Amino acid sequence: MQLDLNTLWFVIVGILFSGYVILDGFDLGIGVLYLFTKSDKDRRLMLNVIGPVWDSNEVWLVTGGGALFAAFPGAYATVFSGFYEIFMFLLFGLIFRAVAIEFRSKETWRWWRQMWDVFFSLGSVLSSFIIGVTMGNIALGIPLDSNYNYTGSFLDLLNAYSIVLGVMTVAMFMMHASIYALMKTEGELHDNIRKWITPCIIFFLTSFFIFNIMTFIYAQHIVEMVMKRPHIWFLFIAIVLVVINIPRQIRKGSDFKAFLSSCFAMVLLMGLYASSVYPNLLFSNPHIYAMTIYNAASSHKTLQIMTIVAAIGMPMVCAYTICVYRVFRGKVKLDDLSY
Amino acid sequence: MDVEFLSRLQFAVTITFHYIYPPLSIGLGLILVIMESMWLKTGSVRYHNMARFWTRIFALTFVLGVASGIVMEFEFGTNWATYSRFVGDIFGSALAAEGIFAFFLESGFLAILVFGWDKVGPKIHFFSTCMVCLGSHFSAIWIVVANSWMQTPAGYHLEKNGEALPQGYVLKAEDFDSVRAVVDDFWSMVFNPSSIDRLTHVIIACWLTGAFLVMSISAYYLLRGRHIGFATTSLKVGLAVGCIAGILQLISADSTSRGVAENQPVKLAAIEGLFTTQANAPLSLLGYVDMKEEKTHSIAVPGLLSFLIYRNTDGVVKGLDSYPQADWPKVSALFQLYRVMIAMGILMICLSVVGVIMWRRKNLFNLRSKKTRLFLWLLVPSALFPQLANIAGWYTAEMGRQPWIVYNLMRTSEGVSRAIVANQVLFSMIMFGLIYILLFAMFIFLLSSKIHKGPSEREESEYSLEQQHVVISNQDC
Repeated sequence: MQLDLNTLWFVIVGILFSGYVILDGFDLGIGVLYLFTKSDKDRRLMLNVIGPVWDSNEVWLVTGGGALFAAFPGAYATVFSGFYEIFMFLLFGLIFRAVAIEFRSKETWRWWRQMWDVFFSLGSVLSSFIIGVTMGNIALGIPLDSNYNYTGSFLDLLNAYSIVLGVMTVAMFMMHASIYALMKTEGELHDNIRKWITPCIIFFLTSFFIFNIMTFIYAQHIVEMVMKRPHIWFLFIAIVLVVINIPRQIRKGSDFKAFLSSCFAMVLLMGLYASSVYPNLLFSNPHIYAMTIYNAASSHKTLQIMTIVAAIGMPMVCAYTICVYRVFRGKVKLDDLSY
Repeated sequence: MDVEFLSRLQFAVTITFHYIYPPLSIGLGLILVIMESMWLKTGSVRYHNMARFWTRIFALTFVLGVASGIVMEFEFGTNWATYSRFVGDIFGSALAAEGIFAFFLESGFLAILVFGWDKVGPKIHFFSTCMVCLGSHFSAIWIVVANSWMQTPAGYHLEKNGEALPQGYVLKAEDFDSVRAVVDDFWSMVFNPSSIDRLTHVIIACWLTGAFLVMSISAYYLLRGRHIGFATTSLKVGLAVGCIAGILQLISADSTSRGVAENQPVKLAAIEGLFTTQANAPLSLLGYVDMKEEKTHSIAVPGLLSFLIYRNTDGVVKGLDSYPQADWPKVSALFQLYRVMIAMGILMICLSVVGVIMWRRKNLFNLRSKKTRLFLWLLVPSALFPQLANIAGWYTAEMGRQPWIVYNLMRTSEGVSRAIVANQVLFSMIMFGLIYILLFAMFIFLLSSKIHKGPSEREESEYSLEQQHVVISNQDC
């Protein structure tokens, strides 16, 4: 691994997308779990678990996409135009997730609330699934021409490998959200959510194992990378250990430590992914036209400017984000400001 | 219906829907800062209730802005990938900066603004309101800077496969597989010739958008005899902002137009329907353009266009004849759209000025007077006027830039993604059309619902116009 601006930006884009999955991961995960709660009060509590923060959590995706555009415009262009329909569905999912949260409780009619509840949940499931399918295809490799334009079809993207990663992503967000919801709720809802944690973990670990086995079958180029980088095995083992730590912390009553474990697991997962593909951003199939952090990058000067922008901006973002989360710490209680 | 046409249409649909909301957020953001600062200063319950009510309206516009905004960021990549590869250095940086400096700031502090009334003290809440306002203004800065670079590119050079191209190199369609615009000087790129003018113009337009929404709803309450105290004070705040913004906008409009005349003369010629280059150029007020005969039929003031641009009727204004027809934008549409914007602008300024005059003459809140009721009646639909002006203005700016996507560098047709075909775009466009119709209906429904519910009941009596001085406390309302 070289210490250059391109690598730095590979890491920064990775951090932004990791921040996104850690934060919006539990927002989307709450959406996935949402319809398992039945009473209006429980559903309102679930919405208000993420109520004040979901919007700024989603900004990590917007900024990650913007950073990708700025640092690696070639990859941004290839992926976004190639994955056209899938990204449109992602947008529809995110749109409905967003407006459903805002609109849902504004009227008291049952059909109104039920309708927006379904939109919220479907939007969240769809978005989570597509995020996984996208990562799967990027790792697997997609057909590109000499100008790095996608030459495949929409259905090519719905291959078994990517679908499994899509399912794993849904499982991961469910697990993550169940722990966050555990932290933020109390009473009967809290106890119900506690019962979901173990099934969620099992679901995640199972899909994780299946995905890794499929990587051996379908993604030879990744396997070769992993063989060259033995430290990746440690990441893999660490992920399993960290996830197993979650129920341990919950039994001890340390919900927050359990949540930190879940966050850490996601960071390790992103690290696993990044280590397996670096310095590639996008594999092509056949592997002639891979996009790397070098051939897809913007100019050196732009990377320098962007580094200054990020160095000034991101610490401030982290600081006030932490402050806002602190203001809303503790268990969710419904008041007249709530969703 | 080819892929370029559909992509352009889709962009128009998605940006038009999106642009209903950020100006409201920016304008209302400013108004919330004003109202909350008045509350902190006077302790009056009225201002607190105003802040609370208008925050609820703000929250609705904000979420729709967010939901439709992420579509825009994606759309540069999905439909305009060749453009994105060409301008990634520059346009991508501005977008990333918008995320880092603006979106995080406004979305982060939004939590406290909307949900934190009882969780933090009034000063911290006010700080949060200011941060949301600042964040939304920052987002305007970065996106207008990026768009202005498309109109008047600066601070860059062209590179082909990493090698700099000579100055004055004329790009051909085949070049775009290997040529990029690369940043030379960050500040020249940010402060390109049109940034400041356009940014000022857009921000003031946003203030007008927020002000007129407030005025519109307040006038409605006054005419209905509801929440009179609340509506009176809200109307005063809206009127003050609207009037000042309107007058400032006149100055900005002049500067911006002269900028267009200097930097994008073919756009100006098209907007004015000026076919022949001439001194003493007339300003067409109202009329139509006959593209076949290449003549503009209008009520015109002789010499005024030259005068406005050069402050001298001898100034030569370039007509469309100075440019090859392949480089002409859609003259007829631009001529009309521009005048719609101007008409709305004049209407808004007149309404605000008349409103302020009536206010000073103590005529504005005399709810039994026919004149007052007539004026208030005119104010009720006025929330639409800045929306129409915004749309007409942006359509003028963007259609006026055609056939270029980056002025004089890349044509719109050259910027389309190569990996997509027309059917894909037809699908997404239909979906956006349907979804946005639903969302717009929801917006109107929920806005009406919030207006109907009105401000909090815990305000002073309907007919009292006195301010009440109440001790500020965390538990206040």
